[in-house]
Amino acid sequence: MHSMDRVIKKRKGIKKSTDIKIGRRDFFRLTGSGVFGFMLCNLFGPKKSQGAEKEFYGVLCDTTRCIGCRACEFACAEANNHPSPDTEDKNIFDKKRDTTVKQWTVVNRYKTRAGDVFVKRQCMHCALPACVSACLVKAMRKREEGPVTWDKNCMGCRLCMFSCPFDIPKFEYESAYPTIEKCSMCWDRIKVGGYPACVMACPQEALLFGTKRDLIEEARTRIYKHPSKYYHYIFGEHEVGGTCWLYLSSVPFEEIGFRTDMGNTPLPEYTTGFLYSVPFVLVLWPLFLLAVNRITKRED
Amino acid sequence: MMEAEINLKRFLLNELKPKGKIFTVFNVVTLPIIIAGAFLIFYRIFYGLGATTNLSQSFPWGIWIGFDVMTGVAFAGGAYVLTFVVYILNAKKYHLIIRATVLNGFLAYVFYAGAIFLDLGRWWNILNPLIGNHFGVNSVLFLVAWHFLLYMIAEFIEFSPVIAEWLNLQKAKKVLSALTVGTVIFGITLSTLHQSGLGALVMMAKPNIHPLWYTEFIPILFFVSSIFAGLSMVIVESSISHKVFSEQLNEEHKKEVDDIILSLSRACAGALFGYFFLKLLVFIHGKHWVYIFSGMGLWYMVEVIGFVLFPCFLFLNGGRYRNLKVVRVAAVLSMVGIIINRFNYVFIAYKWYLPLSERYFPSISEIVITLAIVFAEIWVFRWIVNRMPVLREST
Ligand code: SF4
Ligand code: SF4
Ligand code: SF4
Repeated sequence: MHSMDRVIKKRKGIKKSTDIKIGRRDFFRLTGSGVFGFMLCNLFGPKKSQGAEKEFYGVLCDTTRCIGCRACEFACAEANNHPSPDTEDKNIFDKKRDTTVKQWTVVNRYKTRAGDVFVKRQCMHCALPACVSACLVKAMRKREEGPVTWDKNCMGCRLCMFSCPFDIPKFEYESAYPTIEKCSMCWDRIKVGGYPACVMACPQEALLFGTKRDLIEEARTRIYKHPSKYYHYIFGEHEVGGTCWLYLSSVPFEEIGFRTDMGNTPLPEYTTGFLYSVPFVLVLWPLFLLAVNRITKRED
Repeated sequence: MMEAEINLKRFLLNELKPKGKIFTVFNVVTLPIIIAGAFLIFYRIFYGLGATTNLSQSFPWGIWIGFDVMTGVAFAGGAYVLTFVVYILNAKKYHLIIRATVLNGFLAYVFYAGAIFLDLGRWWNILNPLIGNHFGVNSVLFLVAWHFLLYMIAEFIEFSPVIAEWLNLQKAKKVLSALTVGTVIFGITLSTLHQSGLGALVMMAKPNIHPLWYTEFIPILFFVSSIFAGLSMVIVESSISHKVFSEQLNEEHKKEVDDIILSLSRACAGALFGYFFLKLLVFIHGKHWVYIFSGMGLWYMVEVIGFVLFPCFLFLNGGRYRNLKVVRVAAVLSMVGIIINRFNYVFIAYKWYLPLSERYFPSISEIVITLAIVFAEIWVFRWIVNRMPVLREST
């Protein structure tokens, strides 16, 4: 009952062509360009994307509503068996905190001209995640519901950390049996029709769960209805190809700890040029070498 | 038959014994480091990466990737370049140094690329990308991993006739030698792809790499730089080994090797200039001069002028005036340049915006283990050269 304000239920039958540039289909098309290029992936790739056309879910985080109570941190810890944070401790805001292996989400305070702004951080669940393209064993995976999750077949190469533009994956350096830790968007709940723990815990309804399409619509509506309250930008709509988590703010995003210089190109696209050239090199290079070998031999 | 077997056993046992002087300066310096490194490797395995390295959440990669893997593989590039010259271009002159170069390349892959094992947090899963748990076919690293493995096998096959000769297996040698050209073609193709692939690896981190270093041509730059990095390594390696193992060579041999080094130096100058030219194009095309007047800009100039253009000039001069000393200095400089370049991509120009206090500096353990790996490689190289017909003229 209460959940109506935290969740936008998927509205069936409404097909709008909003400018959500990258849907699931593109995701598979783009990432299905891999190593053995055309031969393997373009043969098998497209079939995969013909499954159920699910839309990615996401969360809209409205920082103008957040009061810094850190109930989301608490709920996240509980949901993932991490040590509970002391939410009474207000001094914690004196320093900027990063997410850690045992804390997948943190709330930071920024002093801005609009007063204190609290910003929750966690994995952004990119539409075309660099961490997923980086992974050579598919331990990082983009699930069809939208979450990006990590699995135990990981080798610990840390290329996902190296590539993530938001510095999200954390590695357990202190352990001899380390894991990679990051927010999973509560995939175990979402896949059975549930909602992220942090979203349900927020007393301010600063977090809203829904499909990305609906979230963008809602975010636009809020800006439209309260033009002086919001900075007119939805962070995450286009950044690095768009992310499933979206942010609204009262001040420019640089002022609340966001990088705004990373562009809108999905990061995996920077390697597709190389990957596309691989099959050509594999076929043409040996032929060329063989030819040269024959020619120089005859000259002897 | 029995007798042959006993003979082989006796031969192998005999070969296992150390040859030459034991208390040389080199041995006395390197042995303790190798032993310390071995202990530290155990420590790393049982206590984790945090206990042995200075890696952090912001800097997930350090010198084990930046030096051992990225630089080590570039240095090993000499093998594919020389096999190209000898077996594809059929330039017989270089045949003299091909065995040592291939051996060095093979060992570099085994030892340096083997250092990946230490760097992998979850090393027990190292076989996952090979056995399909799961095949991350869209990952550049997946390609690089496979190529490392296949290339090691290719290099081993290329070197195997020498082993057959050592064991006096004439028939096997003939069969294995017949494989050489095919394997070489395969090996060069793999090298082209994974040398450039190592560059493509860092490209998704574009927002985190200083714009002076980021370009869509990173894979090509990595490939071209592996040519002169590899050849410089060949120059340094053959200069040293022809001193150390001089008793295995006759006078004519030595003169020829000097000649080869001078030719290689001209090739290096060419590759360095091509590389410089590419960098210049990228610089102009990207309007990069706006970044030049900053700390990173200065650092960029040091790399490009001090360690690309300057060694290029030295190689050219050394080659023209037949000055081997100058050539050797140039080779060392261009190798240092490669180290700097790869470090830039992995942890210096990477997240350049973070303050010094949050930056990565290698720990003592990381350095000791790296040195131990380098020295262990040299020991194995020496062991083989002293026994197999690597430098010696084959029978
Ligand atoms: S924010 Fe980082 S870890 Fe999360 S999906 Fe994007 S690239 Fe992956
Ligand atoms: S550290 Fe693990 S999850 Fe990350 S890229 Fe490497 S294998 Fe994949
Ligand atoms: S979505 Fe789940 S895992 Fe992610 S921050 Fe919220 S509670 Fe934590």
